[in-house]
Amino acid sequence: MNYFQLFQVPAQFDLDLTELGTRYLELQRNFHPDNFAAASERDRLLAVQQAANINDAYHSLKQPLLRAEHLLALRGVKISHEQRSFTDTSFLMQQMELRELLADILHSTDPYALIDEAEQQIQQQKKLLLKQLASALDANQPEQDLLAADIIRKLKFFFKLQHELELIEQQLQD
Amino acid sequence: MAYSEKVIDHYENPRNVGAFAKDDPTVATGMVGAPACGDVMKLQIKVNEQGIIEDAKFKTYGCGSAIASSSLVTEWVKGKSLDEAAQIKNTDIAQELALPPVKIHCSILAEDAIKAAIADYKTRHGS
Repeated sequence: MNYFQLFQVPAQFDLDLTELGTRYLELQRNFHPDNFAAASERDRLLAVQQAANINDAYHSLKQPLLRAEHLLALRGVKISHEQRSFTDTSFLMQQMELRELLADILHSTDPYALIDEAEQQIQQQKKLLLKQLASALDANQPEQDLLAADIIRKLKFFFKLQHELELIEQQLQD
Repeated sequence: MAYSEKVIDHYENPRNVGAFAKDDPTVATGMVGAPACGDVMKLQIKVNEQGIIEDAKFKTYGCGSAIASSSLVTEWVKGKSLDEAAQIKNTDIAQELALPPVKIHCSILAEDAIKAAIADYKTRHGS
């Protein structure tokens, strides 16, 4: 299913999230079960199915990584369930270093300084990668799509790091 | 999800954690990652003149199954030739650790890590 079509928004990475939210509410209202109380069994079931599709679509479209994955899947590049290992050594070295920095936080005499440092690095890299992702997807060319897929993989590592950092912050507060 | 006893054993007492000196010419490194869960795995081998893996070390940031898979592989490769070590299959790792289907990718990661280390050694030594 093409979520962009369902929401009648352009099939591109850069989306107006306010417009998306408005469209979501409209669609939800249109397919609300109350509207189908007097409808046939078949139409009622279709409405329920459509309401579920709308929720799935909104969930995917509002998050940058899921939106990018959906856009790539529509262009024939499917990466959502891949099990292939990522082998970009220099990128992974950097990830290892950031993981080590995170591991040091809890034993540090000044944990909040390390948290700031990690946070800054993660945000900076994420911002840069998201910018690269937007321009790769905008090109809408097979080679650029493969590049975009690689950028998504890298971003997943950074989203994971961010999550780990949040867990550490919680641990510190407890 | 319940971990098997063997996974817990490797997780609680990981074998061969650490790193060798980077500039040691007998050392080769394999780095792999799994984007889906953000796991990062580094596996190093120390190879003697006869081409036998004398020692191995790993460092893994990931779930218990990923740590156990890499810990097990470092045990298995010791004493093996590079070609023998390259024969290790993820299915053997998964079976030994009784990994559930959702954790099979952890054993794939460990297999890819040892393969990457062997490839690194061969590149460095031009064979």
